[in-house]
Amino acid sequence: MSTFPTSARAVVIGCGIVGNSLVHHLTRLGWTDVVQIDKGPLPNPGGSTGHASNFIFPVDHSKEMTQLTLESQRQYIEMGVNTECGGIEVARTEERMEEFRRRMASAKSWGVDSARLVTTAEIKEMVPYIDETILLGGFYCPTVSVVDSLRAGTIMREKGIDSGGLQVFANTDVSGMDVEHGRIKRVHTSRGTIEAEVVVIACGVWTPLLAAMAGAHIPLTPAVHQMIDVGPVPRFERSSSAIEFPIVRDMDVFMYERQDGVGLEIGSYAHRSILHDPEEIPSIEEAALSPTEFPFTQADFGPQMEHALDLMPEIVGDESVGVKYAINGLISLTPDGMPILGETPKVKGLWSAAAVWVKEGPGVGKSLAEWMVLGESHIDLHTSDVSRFHDHQKTRAHTKARAFEAFPKTYGIVHPAEQWSSERGLRISPMHAQENVLGAAFYEAVGWERPQWYDVNAPLVEHYGVESREGEWDSRWWSPIINAEHLAMREHAGIFDLSAFAIFDVQGAGALDALQHAVLAQMDVPVGRVVYTPVLSQGGGFKSDLTIMRLGDDLFRVVTGGAHGMADRKLFSDALPDDGSASLVDVTTGWTTIGVWGPKARDILSSVTSDDVSHEGFPFGRCRTIEIGSQLVLASRISYVGDLGWEFYVPIEQGGRLWDVLWEAGQPHSLTACGIGVYGTTGRLEKAYRAYGAELETEYNVVEAGMQRPKVKEQDFVGKEAHLRHRAENPAAILCTLTVDDHTSSAGVKRYPLGREPITLLDGTPLTDAKGRRSYVTSAGAGPSLGKYILMAYLPPEHAVEGSGTLAVEYMNERYPVTVAVAGATAPFDPENERIRS
Amino acid sequence: MNLVLVEHVDGAATDVSLQALALAAGLGGETHALVIGPGGAAASVNIPAAVVHVAEHDALDAFAPDAWASILGGLAEQIGATAIVAPGSGHATDAMARAAVRLGEPLAANCISVTPGDPLLVTRVRWGGSLLEEARLHTGRALITVAPHAVVAAPAGSPGSVETFTPEIADADLVVRVRDRVAPPAGGVSLADAKVVVTGGRGVGSPEGFVVVEELAALLGGAVGCSRAVTMSGWRPHTDQVGQTGNKIAPEIYIACGVSGATQHIAGAKGAKKILAVNTDSEAPIMSIADYAVVGDLHEVLPAISAELRRRRA
Amino acid sequence: MKTLVCVKRVPMTGGRIVLTEDEQAIETKHLGFAISPHEECGVEEAVRLWEHHGGDTVVLTLGPADAEEQLRDSMAIGIARGIHLVTDGEEWDPEATAGAIVDVIRADEAASGLFDLIFFGNESADSGGFQIGLRVAHALDRPCATGLKGVAVDGDLVRCEQEEGGGRDVYELPLPAVVTVLEGLNLPRYPSVPGRMRAGRKPLEALTPVRPASRLERARLVVPEGESKQAEVLGRGPDAAAAVVDLLEQIGVAS
Repeated sequence: MSTFPTSARAVVIGCGIVGNSLVHHLTRLGWTDVVQIDKGPLPNPGGSTGHASNFIFPVDHSKEMTQLTLESQRQYIEMGVNTECGGIEVARTEERMEEFRRRMASAKSWGVDSARLVTTAEIKEMVPYIDETILLGGFYCPTVSVVDSLRAGTIMREKGIDSGGLQVFANTDVSGMDVEHGRIKRVHTSRGTIEAEVVVIACGVWTPLLAAMAGAHIPLTPAVHQMIDVGPVPRFERSSSAIEFPIVRDMDVFMYERQDGVGLEIGSYAHRSILHDPEEIPSIEEAALSPTEFPFTQADFGPQMEHALDLMPEIVGDESVGVKYAINGLISLTPDGMPILGETPKVKGLWSAAAVWVKEGPGVGKSLAEWMVLGESHIDLHTSDVSRFHDHQKTRAHTKARAFEAFPKTYGIVHPAEQWSSERGLRISPMHAQENVLGAAFYEAVGWERPQWYDVNAPLVEHYGVESREGEWDSRWWSPIINAEHLAMREHAGIFDLSAFAIFDVQGAGALDALQHAVLAQMDVPVGRVVYTPVLSQGGGFKSDLTIMRLGDDLFRVVTGGAHGMADRKLFSDALPDDGSASLVDVTTGWTTIGVWGPKARDILSSVTSDDVSHEGFPFGRCRTIEIGSQLVLASRISYVGDLGWEFYVPIEQGGRLWDVLWEAGQPHSLTACGIGVYGTTGRLEKAYRAYGAELETEYNVVEAGMQRPKVKEQDFVGKEAHLRHRAENPAAILCTLTVDDHTSSAGVKRYPLGREPITLLDGTPLTDAKGRRSYVTSAGAGPSLGKYILMAYLPPEHAVEGSGTLAVEYMNERYPVTVAVAGATAPFDPENERIRS
Repeated sequence: MNLVLVEHVDGAATDVSLQALALAAGLGGETHALVIGPGGAAASVNIPAAVVHVAEHDALDAFAPDAWASILGGLAEQIGATAIVAPGSGHATDAMARAAVRLGEPLAANCISVTPGDPLLVTRVRWGGSLLEEARLHTGRALITVAPHAVVAAPAGSPGSVETFTPEIADADLVVRVRDRVAPPAGGVSLADAKVVVTGGRGVGSPEGFVVVEELAALLGGAVGCSRAVTMSGWRPHTDQVGQTGNKIAPEIYIACGVSGATQHIAGAKGAKKILAVNTDSEAPIMSIADYAVVGDLHEVLPAISAELRRRRA
Repeated sequence: MKTLVCVKRVPMTGGRIVLTEDEQAIETKHLGFAISPHEECGVEEAVRLWEHHGGDTVVLTLGPADAEEQLRDSMAIGIARGIHLVTDGEEWDPEATAGAIVDVIRADEAASGLFDLIFFGNESADSGGFQIGLRVAHALDRPCATGLKGVAVDGDLVRCEQEEGGGRDVYELPLPAVVTVLEGLNLPRYPSVPGRMRAGRKPLEALTPVRPASRLERARLVVPEGESKQAEVLGRGPDAAAAVVDLLEQIGVAS
């Protein structure tokens, strides 16, 4: 082993699957001075990779996760360590069969076309030792595989070493990290101190300890996954390979069974959530097995043995087949179940590559390397971005509470709108008490409690004749009151609590230039203008979209959605000039926001202000401070629901008072409290407003989203070059608004897709655009004023034809015909925007 | 006064018995020794004790632990011994435990040091030597066995006197006695006696993988050993196991291949004069007790060593 | 035939033993537990005897509440029932342990007949006292052979083999008898899943004996200072062969 270097461009800590993959891709992309270390020995340093079950089921409801998994599988195949054995998720209940039908949609949306539903007879044929009589059917994916993650790690490290750009040091313990002026400087190890421009923490369950050394937070918790190995199985002794039979996931009991040589490995996510602290993990010397293989707790596995026996009595019930190995293996769980990737918002140059499983490891390594070297990754990683966490989400208590709640859902059936029950009530808006009186149904947004609808509006359902949804799944976490509130807003006016906005002031002499460079839209506008703008990646994809108010020559207020607020804060912080001429202040908790929209909005506002709020006196797209009673209120005339109205900003302690004043003033005008169901879905979709994370991702560009403006500003900005190129070429896809023609299923039930379903030809053929992207529903929801159910989807240009009736949406394995209502950004409701500009 | 049970082979006190004598000397006072059975008289002349008692009886031709316990206990009472010490060998430990229960006394097994006093302080071995216990022995008559090879043996010397006697042995004390003997398997070098031991651990990977271990052992005229992980996997018989619950070895060189070096294993390998570890992991625990190391895959390294040996011999 | 196996719950140690702060015990928070290896073979042997002769098999332990795991492990491979002498986790000395075991054996025998054969491990992996079986045998006035690697019941005798001086000494004890055994007696089986499930339903009697004062009183535990060596690396991979053979020649074992 060569001597330990004193400096490097990048130090990657961790020789598990993700660290190994990362060093390979960093060197492949041209970095020549990478040092990788691990406190354990090689090839198995003792982390979670070493005891992983190593199988890959590619289909996930998350697009990002499926893309990472497919990319990983591609790499495993390339390395020759991927054994395709197929995999079947089996159902014991009708509810699970319905989930498999939903999985079929995800499979098609993300391009896993080989997946199919199978009968119990087909399952029996593929897995002869299964008792198919307790099953209803299965979801079969022939490309499910088992990989050799340790071998893959070695191959990738060796590639890095062979490139001349990588040195690897095992048995090297990190004792500390130095941060200077907010930037990582050096790492202290048992072999010496090394200076580094970039340090990556790829330490799995140990990650939080390493992050803390630099004063950063990477919130994950070690959790137990129980696994036993039984054998020798007489049937497997005749096998010619280590795995001949498909892997079975017994979804309803949260278990899996797979052949491993002559043994059968039985894993479980069915036991109680067993969470640990990283400090509890023993050293390699202290551990009886590896540090992350904790002693098996038999008592937690009792019911699982019975489930396994029920499913595979031939093997599990064989008295000669013994339990040869049993562990409580440690895995990493995060507050929201996604990996934690990217540069930490706290420490520049310190990157996280954590909470990554074997199935997505190489894909993560590649994507992260692209992000580090090229500035952006091919796969949009925004749901894994380390900068997504708000402060409360960085705490150990929150991480553990959410992991505790989520663990039993590892194989669960999770509704896309499902709400957490733990860690609620963390962020309370100043209108909370009033909302409670109105019977608010609170949903959580990054800690904020937000009314999704108000029970007090239930009578409006009958008044407007809103239909309920017949399908239980479609109506779960939904209420017809949302549609009724929407119609009341369109008829009179609605009042909205928008406290969850993230708000930053960018100020100083350099503020304009910094913003000008960060965003697409022209920011050199008169004071008092409100600018809606996309924020682009280098490649011209969407990093965000938000509004910016120019409040002064050197003062801009950025308002963005709470969910993405912390990532946006990092984005703008990173855009600040080095000379200190501009600064960013997070004023999220200084200001609360109330919205009032609807034809009566001006009447209501006029009754409580003496300011001129006429269309001429307060045009659309302007903001200014007005008086409402005894409050000075920053009013901003924009709308995300397509009606006349304002956002009102007041200091947070005055929010309750403002709500009361507006509420009282609204009573003569039938002002209705409206929830986020209207704001985020029905109002938005009728206006075809795009949402970040749904329609807007780095995978799609401004032209495809139909959001190009007549001119491109002169000033340089991030993504400009790509944007100009996109404007010059024909878009590969066009974002369209579609309406569902017929909701009736074969069973005679009206069904409502909830989003992420594939858009296909009427015969089920999926649509793929010239860039290889599938067409799928980016957002779905009712358009009560249109009387139609609305879907948004990117379609290849040949299918983006208004009025075209050649397409269908595939939901729960059935197809429903749809019509392209609008190709492009024009709103299906009030296309001329007369209501907003009235 | 201390009484030491001295075992003997071929007319000479065993090493471990001389170690027991050395530890007993540390207790202070006069030391008597007891030798039992045929050959005892011959051995007695080289035992450094004030008095060597030689118990002779026809029934003692074969080992009978209850008879030994009876003789030992009886003599201790007769001479008023305040401590009874014996080597920690199988037979002596067995006899001592029986004597302890007959005398109604505690037994401190496998001690490595004693400090006289009331209570008597002892340091004894746990976990096959991976852990020590300091304990207080609250009794007027301490029964102690001595951990093998932990104490420097007393130099040979002449006894002050030798007293031969014929003990009374009850029939009941002969129920448990050696009735027969199964000879050791012919051929091969036993692990205990081998000058070279080549051991394979989990890293060997399979029963077939031991071919390279066997080849090297055979070339060196040594014995093949294995770790507990290997026996538990059914790859090798337990008779090959080196460790706390297997064989204790004392070769000139111990070649440990693919052995991580758990405390269980190291407890059996402590007697080796030199240890050479062959392991892919340069920082495995075995490395901290090894004198020499080859970092690499044993499946590549061992055949290369065998080939080199053959080449030099040719 | 009625047999009893006495087992001890011991931690499965890794490469390095760590003590609790008060130096009274091994730090076990990272460790799993198992039946002490010698006794594991005793359990296997008792199960094999039951498979040949039928009858009643009992496993007994003295240990903390969690030691039920080891009783269930034994029952999972075929032992019929368990007796748990529950302690507060404090270690009992050999005299006290033997005394409590004798009491419960007497009670069980009064209720359901003598144990034909009682198995102990020759010594426990952790405390290594080498005496409990003998103490129990003495109290019950039964013959006892120790350190056995062969146990065969033949009529009303048990033939015992003890490794000694390379060969094996053979004892023959009349039943009822007590034997203390060593690992290597047999290769214990792994429990099957049905076995594990049955184990959970098998009867388990729990008693809480009182610990008497100890005459062999533990003061503290000490991890011996290993001679931590830095191994001299002779080389990497097959290229090291020449250096190894040089070493073997130097030691004088190469020819």
